[in-house]
Amino acid sequence: MTLVARTLALFLLVLALTAGVAALSDWPRARLLPEGAAALTVTFTHSGARVAECRRLTQAEMARLPPNMRRPDACPRGRVALWLELDLDGAPLLRESLPPTGLSGDGPSQIYRRIALPAREHVIAVRLRDSRRSEGFDHTAEHRVALSPGQNLVVDFRASTGFIIR
Amino acid sequence: MGGLRRLLARCFDAVERPIDRLVGPSLNPFAHLGALGFFHFWIVAVSGIYLFIFFDTGIERAYESVEYLTLAHWYHAGVMRSLHRYASDLMVVFALTHLLREFARDRYRGTRWFSWFTGMPVLWLLFISGITGYWLVWDALAQYVAIISSELLDRLGIFGEPIARNFVSTGTLTSRFFTLLVFLHVAVPLFLLFLMWVHILRISRPKVNPPRALAGTSLGALLVVSLFRPALSQGPANLARLPADIGLDWFYLPLYPLADAVSHDAVWGILVVATVVIGAMPWLPPLRRAPAAVVDLAHCNGCARCAEDCPYEAIRLVPRTDGLPFPTEAKVNPSLCVSCGICVGSCPSSTPFRRTEELHTGIDLPELSLRSLRERAHAISAGLEGPTRIMVLGCERGAAGARKSTDTLMVPCVGMIPPPLIDYILSRDLADAVLLAGCAESDCYHRLGIDWTRQRIARERDPYLRSRVPRDRLRTLWASRFERGRLEAALDAARREIPPLGQKGGAP
Ligand code: HEM
Ligand code: SF4
Ligand code: SF4
Repeated sequence: MTLVARTLALFLLVLALTAGVAALSDWPRARLLPEGAAALTVTFTHSGARVAECRRLTQAEMARLPPNMRRPDACPRGRVALWLELDLDGAPLLRESLPPTGLSGDGPSQIYRRIALPAREHVIAVRLRDSRRSEGFDHTAEHRVALSPGQNLVVDFRASTGFIIR
Repeated sequence: MGGLRRLLARCFDAVERPIDRLVGPSLNPFAHLGALGFFHFWIVAVSGIYLFIFFDTGIERAYESVEYLTLAHWYHAGVMRSLHRYASDLMVVFALTHLLREFARDRYRGTRWFSWFTGMPVLWLLFISGITGYWLVWDALAQYVAIISSELLDRLGIFGEPIARNFVSTGTLTSRFFTLLVFLHVAVPLFLLFLMWVHILRISRPKVNPPRALAGTSLGALLVVSLFRPALSQGPANLARLPADIGLDWFYLPLYPLADAVSHDAVWGILVVATVVIGAMPWLPPLRRAPAAVVDLAHCNGCARCAEDCPYEAIRLVPRTDGLPFPTEAKVNPSLCVSCGICVGSCPSSTPFRRTEELHTGIDLPELSLRSLRERAHAISAGLEGPTRIMVLGCERGAAGARKSTDTLMVPCVGMIPPPLIDYILSRDLADAVLLAGCAESDCYHRLGIDWTRQRIARERDPYLRSRVPRDRLRTLWASRFERGRLEAALDAARREIPPLGQKGGAP
């Protein structure tokens, strides 16, 4: 074969490879959600109550501390685990205990869940316990929403405002 | 492992040999996979710098700026974007094919562990570079990449709070995180280049540039594809929605759908197991290696030819230690030597014509000395038949190694054969003709053996084949283990075409 023919053959070979690679750079398509589905993302970070009440120190105990560390209260570092319940259309969807983070259990509890839902009207009820009690809830919210396909409904929580669903 | 290697080697051979014939062995892309990796890195680097001029590094305007350069400036910046994407994708193709091919050719154990092992972080950084790149466009695909990547990172539990949270609401952290990504997409590729350099540190004369015709056609093909099928964005990221249906880059993101469909831990499992297994492969099982080459100072004059020809940087020249009147001597680093014997072929002392009972050379293989080669040549000669007796000097990695015949003087690499040995065989009438049979032309197992052999025969590289050697009695064949038929055909042709030498005789 002549040099020109060889070079042409090489060009066609490389062109076929490059075209194939370009095609696979955005095809076949992938789905993050099933056809026609919407999503519910539950995510927040929040510290529960301390594991025990703070305690007032006695005069004698205060006197024993170095002067720069004298504070009237002694507080345990640990935090309680949160208890989260989420009902979708009246049926339970999440029942989770969220332990505190950190080596000594003093960091905030965290959650991140992404769940696919059919895109239609839903009632979402959330309840959170962040205190030391063992029954009942400290924060609740209920939300009726019509989800469109692809929509991502976020359930967030802030200590100052409670649940935020949007 | 051995069976898998042989199967893969057969597959590569079935694809590569026809391409050898189509475009010529010197231009076969398979022979230049590492060099093509480097070449495409430079294309990605140059196009990336160009794109950076137009790119707005803030998360609010990033998408718009990419749309602007892709659509309004399609004829230069848009083409650059396509070059940037497609050359990056090709890098993955070349790197993975290169990995498979080095495995198939069993070029990853022993001394080569270094290149193999450093290939792993190269691969990781390549993928991280590509993934951060897709993130910067801040389109629907970027959002998908952001969600799955951050979910994957959160599984590691090294971040204070889930970073995936950043990508569900327009949090303030998102834009800081974005700035970090812009930085990473510059820093990681720079580090990648550094590791690519480390990767080839132990290879002498690494091929880091493809031949000009291959480079030219590759760039031409990239330009054509970029013009006809430009890389486009997939609509702006929208944190109120999930990117439900996206066009995925299957080179950089093949595991992302798996994270979503199976689990994030499955993806980490695959990555960890693959990294550990591939990283450990040079020792699973380790290569049994013949003893390293040994220098015989009495016959070494420090000419440095062996050091220049060794493909593994295993020989250094050091100040003379034995008092002979030469400034330097050769010194072998046994941990780098693979016993290919190429140095024996390049040493000017390697001449079988010496009459000494003990034939010595400057550098020799303990298990396959020049002396034993000469003895073998005599033994083979005694068994040769026919009007035209042909002795095959064959590389054990090529067709001759697969054929294993009694007419063959087997060497680890054709580069081990000192030109005077050919002269010796023909002038002492040990055979009527010599057939040098090496690996496939584009795939020399020891990388440089074929090149050096050809240059020695053509009298372009020391040691020259003496001009008195009748060139019509010397033939060369470059054929892989799977091409024994070509070797037989070459032998038949030589028997037909080369007349017998005539007289008999000759002793060492
Ligand atoms: C972008 C990625 C990569 C580039 C640009 C690259 C480049 C190169 C180059 C230029 C060579 C020298 C080839 C020659 O001169 O014949 C080489 C050799 C080698 N590469 Fe890579 N490489 C890459 C990835 C990898 C990976 C992922 C692996 C395997 C894990 C790998 C394993 C090897 C081995 C074992 C050799 C030595 C071959 C020998 O000694 O004969 N490389 N590479
Ligand atoms: S045998 Fe091969 S690897 Fe060893 S020193 Fe000689 S040329 Fe280098
Ligand atoms: S080629 Fe031979 S003579 Fe020259 S340095 Fe090497 S061993 Fe010594």
